[in-house]
Amino acid sequence: MSSLIPGHTTHTEHRSTPLSDRKLLMWIFLASDCMFFAALIGTYLVYNGRSLVGPYPTDILDIPLTTVSTFVLLMSSFLMVLALHAIRMNDIPKFRLWTLGVAFFGSIFLGFQVYEFSHFIYEGLTLQQNLFGSTFFTLTGTHGVHVTIGVLWLLSLLIISYVRPMTSQDALSVEIAGLYWHFVDIVWIVIFTAVYLVEFI
Amino acid sequence: MALGRQPVPHSAPETRALLKRPTWETGLWSWLTTVDHKRLGILYFVTTFAFFILGSLEAAVIRVQLAAPNQQLVTPDFYNQLFTVHGVTMVFLAIMPLGTAFANYFVPLQIGARDLAFPRLNAFGYWAYLAGGLIFYSSFLLGGAPDAGWFAYAPMTMTEYNPGQGIDFYMVGLLISGIGTLVTAMNLIVTIVNMRAPGMSMMRMPLFPWMMLVTAFLVIFAFPPLTIALFEVIMDRSFGTLFFNPEGGGLPILWQHLFWIFGHPEVYIVILPAFGIISEVIPTFSRKPLFGYPMVVLAGIFIGFMGFAVWSHHMFTTGMGPMANSIFAITSFVIAIPTGVKIFNWMATMWAGRIWFTTAMLFATAFLVTFTMGGITGIMVAVPPFDAQAQDSYFVVAHFHYVMGGGALLSFFAGIYYWFPKMTGRMLSERIGKWVFALVVGGFHLVFFPQHFLGLLGMPRRIQTYDTGLGWDFYNLLSSIGAGVLGLGVMLFIFSLLRDMRSGKEAGDDPWDGRTLEWSISSPPPHHDFGDLPIVTDRDPVWLAKHPELIEKRDELSESSDGAPEAPNAADDEDELVHIPGQSWFPFLASVGLFVGGMAAVYHNWFLGALSVGFITLCVYAWAFEGVGGHYLRVRPNERRSTGLASIRPLSEMAGKGQS
Repeated sequence: MSSLIPGHTTHTEHRSTPLSDRKLLMWIFLASDCMFFAALIGTYLVYNGRSLVGPYPTDILDIPLTTVSTFVLLMSSFLMVLALHAIRMNDIPKFRLWTLGVAFFGSIFLGFQVYEFSHFIYEGLTLQQNLFGSTFFTLTGTHGVHVTIGVLWLLSLLIISYVRPMTSQDALSVEIAGLYWHFVDIVWIVIFTAVYLVEFI
Repeated sequence: MALGRQPVPHSAPETRALLKRPTWETGLWSWLTTVDHKRLGILYFVTTFAFFILGSLEAAVIRVQLAAPNQQLVTPDFYNQLFTVHGVTMVFLAIMPLGTAFANYFVPLQIGARDLAFPRLNAFGYWAYLAGGLIFYSSFLLGGAPDAGWFAYAPMTMTEYNPGQGIDFYMVGLLISGIGTLVTAMNLIVTIVNMRAPGMSMMRMPLFPWMMLVTAFLVIFAFPPLTIALFEVIMDRSFGTLFFNPEGGGLPILWQHLFWIFGHPEVYIVILPAFGIISEVIPTFSRKPLFGYPMVVLAGIFIGFMGFAVWSHHMFTTGMGPMANSIFAITSFVIAIPTGVKIFNWMATMWAGRIWFTTAMLFATAFLVTFTMGGITGIMVAVPPFDAQAQDSYFVVAHFHYVMGGGALLSFFAGIYYWFPKMTGRMLSERIGKWVFALVVGGFHLVFFPQHFLGLLGMPRRIQTYDTGLGWDFYNLLSSIGAGVLGLGVMLFIFSLLRDMRSGKEAGDDPWDGRTLEWSISSPPPHHDFGDLPIVTDRDPVWLAKHPELIEKRDELSESSDGAPEAPNAADDEDELVHIPGQSWFPFLASVGLFVGGMAAVYHNWFLGALSVGFITLCVYAWAFEGVGGHYLRVRPNERRSTGLASIRPLSEMAGKGQS
């Protein structure tokens, strides 16, 4: 196993399975992260419809707007696949392009979220206003933090590719970042459904 | 990454590090920067033991206060803090991390690995746990400890009813120590899945790593709901959100659900490592392989699985309705089945064995009896109508102390007596050990057995004092006397530990005629643990190497069907190069950042909080870029042959040589 980070040419020692330690660790972290979001989404659903005062979800949620940002986030996953393929093919310029694309699309999503949050606060929905505000901002804010970490991670990979030569040996590091990124996307699909779409059925 | 052996570079790769890579081998700095699983194990042991003593002192004050009716030794307010801190300390800071202490030291040794998969993450897990514990305990010095019970039910934790800082210390402290618990669990899973010795299939793995694997899975699924619940209370208290605020429509009962979705698996997080230790101790001292190994493993997995389906039995009296109560009563009964399977397997292991009653074995036997008693009262309180009577009474207190103390703690005593020779190279005095056993087990039953009667006589838990004439006086006095006996036993144990650490009898490598890989290396183990990686073809490899005549009797499931495993070791006449991971500052520094950030969150100092987040991020980057580092240790061929599984000769052969 080699790694992106200098000095990470880790154990050349025996392993019981063909999985690398780092990838296994990421899968286990994601399993655990599922439960974090399950608890947050569970809280949201339990409190759905229990707000004592407005604004209520149907007053304020803007489906077309969030559909656009959701689409952008999902397309970033597509670019993530292309970036991983490029690094596996040793095609570093393409890898840089697609990785920048993922980070860019992620940033667009975050921009939409910042707009949405400030718009909601302007409309009177705050953390303290009602249960919808408390649960909505906590849930989507936690997701936003995940996306931010992902963007920083991908930009770090991009910068490393300029600092030292990268090869297909580094594909594992990109793949692990990709696992995280895809997970964050999948969670957003669940949140988008549970928070936004269900309200308008 | 591939199976088998790969070429080893002759020097560690160059790294770019923010701080010079530490290389101290002794002294304070070496402990702060260590990444060695054995040293971290020792740090865990010392820390959990310190917290255990603190928790015991709190319990002692509680028992003195309750020894006689109408005493006013402590104020009601302080009494609330005492039982809250006692509970949190014992569950989160003493007993649960004591399981991690054993896992840190012995999981790699038992599976034939040289360290955990991520040594620096392991160090971070320890330091984060310590940071959380220190934040929690600093509440005593900084204006009052939390006082809402160890499960901190909302809305008692809301600012309106609990304006002091105590609850903030609870929430932030547990959140941060939970981070440590989580990363260590993830690390253990990777280690156990990926770093077993060549030939050690899952069904040849000793029971202790098996149970730690199940425990680690419980941790990664159970701690997130707790973390979110803690986070939501922090949001409520810091930013005025409405999660658990009834005035805004919030449901305090949601806290109970989130807490117990964590809280019940937590019971198994505490007890499964104990089951693992018992499954090591009983076969060794019964001179028999574990009876029904696959069933014991499967029962452990089933217990872990069912642990997530019983949480509401803590909430029978909250008015969930007959349907929910019935379902959770039935799932709770079901969990008694795999537990019973284990108890019977341990008894069957002892049956017809040549039992050697060392102190460790005595504790293991006491565990069987005491834990079964706790299990039986567990079945009683799993019956909703009975629970409606026993709820919040001393009956429940007696029940969970039988499970936590009589179950987990007695088995940890067994584990310490069993493994102390491996860790220090010296024996714990067996003569004092028998006294420790008598005082601890006798004292334990004297404390908690009368509490069953107290509960049935109607004494509620968490009362600071009580009036005379209720029939409680005698049982309370008995219980308090028991606490004194138990305390005496613990003090004698500490004396024995401190004395025998330095001047105990030399243990040798294998004082108990052990079965598993840790007994094939020296005591204490060398830094690199294994010169040659052991090649495992059976379930009890060290026993079979010593007693090859047993091979015919072994369980067919542990037989080798896949031929001899590929040897990952160097050729016989070459030096083995063993990678020793480099020490690092960043796990420690990141935890310092967590501590400062946690304190900032307690005091709502968001500027300092932001600085801490920045500092932690810096540490994480520096950690990633410094790399694993370290150096390669050269193990000479004769050193390789003098220790480890391959060096063990059959005892009969040795005896034959002696005679001729």
